[in-house]
Amino acid sequence: MRRYVLRRLAQAVAVLWAAYTVSFLVLDLLPGDPVSAMAGGGLDQAPLDPAVLARMRHEYGFDQPVWLQYLEYLGRAARGDFGHSVATGRPVTTVIAEALPPTLALTAAALLLAVVFGAGLASYATYTPRRWLRQALLSLPGLGVSLPTFWVGLILVQLLSFRLRLLPAFGNDGLRGLVLPALTLAVPTSALIAQVLAKSLLTALDEPYVETARAKGAGPARIHLRHALRNAALPALTVVGLVVGNLLAGSVVVESVFSRNGLGRATVNAVTVQDIPLVQGVVVFGAAAFVLVNLAVDLIYPLLDPRIVAAGRRSPA
Amino acid sequence: MTQLIAGPLERDPAAEHLSRPDGHADRAPRARLIRFLVRRPGLVLSVLVVVLVFLAAFWPHLFTGRDPLLGVPAERFRAPGGAHPFGTDELGRDVLARVVHGAALSLKATLIAVAVAFAVGGAVGLVAGFVGRWVEDALMRLVDVLLAIPALFLSLALVTALGYGTVKVAVAVGIASVASFARVMRAEVLRVRQAVYVEAARLSGARWYAVLLRHVLPNAIGPVAVLAALDVGTAVLAVSSLSFLGYGAAPPAPEWGTLISSGRNYLANAWWLSTLPGLTVAATVLATNRIARALDGEWARHR
Repeated sequence: MRRYVLRRLAQAVAVLWAAYTVSFLVLDLLPGDPVSAMAGGGLDQAPLDPAVLARMRHEYGFDQPVWLQYLEYLGRAARGDFGHSVATGRPVTTVIAEALPPTLALTAAALLLAVVFGAGLASYATYTPRRWLRQALLSLPGLGVSLPTFWVGLILVQLLSFRLRLLPAFGNDGLRGLVLPALTLAVPTSALIAQVLAKSLLTALDEPYVETARAKGAGPARIHLRHALRNAALPALTVVGLVVGNLLAGSVVVESVFSRNGLGRATVNAVTVQDIPLVQGVVVFGAAAFVLVNLAVDLIYPLLDPRIVAAGRRSPA
Repeated sequence: MTQLIAGPLERDPAAEHLSRPDGHADRAPRARLIRFLVRRPGLVLSVLVVVLVFLAAFWPHLFTGRDPLLGVPAERFRAPGGAHPFGTDELGRDVLARVVHGAALSLKATLIAVAVAFAVGGAVGLVAGFVGRWVEDALMRLVDVLLAIPALFLSLALVTALGYGTVKVAVAVGIASVASFARVMRAEVLRVRQAVYVEAARLSGARWYAVLLRHVLPNAIGPVAVLAALDVGTAVLAVSSLSFLGYGAAPPAPEWGTLISSGRNYLANAWWLSTLPGLTVAATVLATNRIARALDGEWARHR
């Protein structure tokens, strides 16, 4: 077990380092450095004169060879310093930390809704004996992943805020303001969870242990919930780990639809003013969140299914 | 979620004519195709939708005679009806005309995105699978990293570096989905490399690039092409998300995402402005996903 944990940890660190490198390559090697972007009118200000530009380049280290810049930045990043936002001059880590709480609330609420809807849909669709209902329910996830998220948000605002006046359309205030954004973000996520869970439930229901349970006289509900669902839940848990990236990315769109403050909004602003250090910080943060959640899923997995560690021991690749 | 394992690919198309003992299989296809389609009205509808989108992209005048950029001030905010099936916007422009003319931009962006992902991802996977050793390790670790960065974040980083515009957004979306293409391509190349006909080609003295291009690539590309079909829907959504955020074509140009986003200011009094373009996007994505599903095994399983 300890070797399993250590191996996963080493992988996580390696992925983070590589994510930093990729974002560095994308943002710092492509034409135009952040200083000329600032000077080029990304911000609403007059162009700077060349002497000031040269001094700023020197301050940021852009006049040095690329590999030196990279090592310098990597060393700072390893110590948790991702530089300063070009637009506001504040540390990138502070900006992200401040923008994070509303986004965390949004993604957590969306994940909760998505798990409830997705699991409910998949369980009921595979449970119901009515063929047409099953077909109809199982076709919903395909629909859910085909709708543009921002459009779903706008439709919900139109129906529930402007027509029925049930919920506030925009802003950050309280739980009521969280309902529509979380619903919007939950649509594609619950569709993914439902797809995977329905598939693995159908597989589980064909297994011999279901036959055994039925022979012992267990009712359909008990077989479904206690036997099939428990076994089918494992692949769905993996999906929950994988959708964290989707949720974070979705928050970018959803927050701008609903004019909510948060990491997504901060990201859009950073891209708009070409605030390269902040964009880079967000990219690395996204990768870190993805890696950490999947690390957690990987570590929970053997607790739920001891066969995983056993398999890992046999082939220590 | 997807089945990318194509069944009967253990034969080399180069030797196809040798392995067909009777002409039976040649006469049946049309009847088989008709039977296949008749049982799937949804698929026929999907093909129709995609054909309509293509027609709109290349010959917009088939669908509307109106100018997508010309506003008629007297006809602002007309609800959908006879003269304007999709209504008019805040400047009195016909929304249907804008959606139809927007198809060209959105389709172009989508095709560029898929082509970039297909070409770059395919090349990475091909090299990784064919060369092996440390090259394969390095490339595939890079692919793992790309998978760990949320696709939209990667696209946004690329947009930050490249700048705004339809083509740049398309390239950013394409690069962000390179990883899955590289994985499938590598897996296929590894599978095909084991095949007897590849060994035979090598033993009969074919050069490595001839083996790669004539035998490995044609036999490995099928599942990657299916992935490309599956990726079309994702690309439409990603491109429209980025243009919704305002990184796509500059304002007067009617891109689908931009149309939806410009309608959001009038949600309370003109529901059609963002609803109808959004329905168009949703219908396109649903249709391409349905077709991709048919290509992905459903056709092969049908007898």
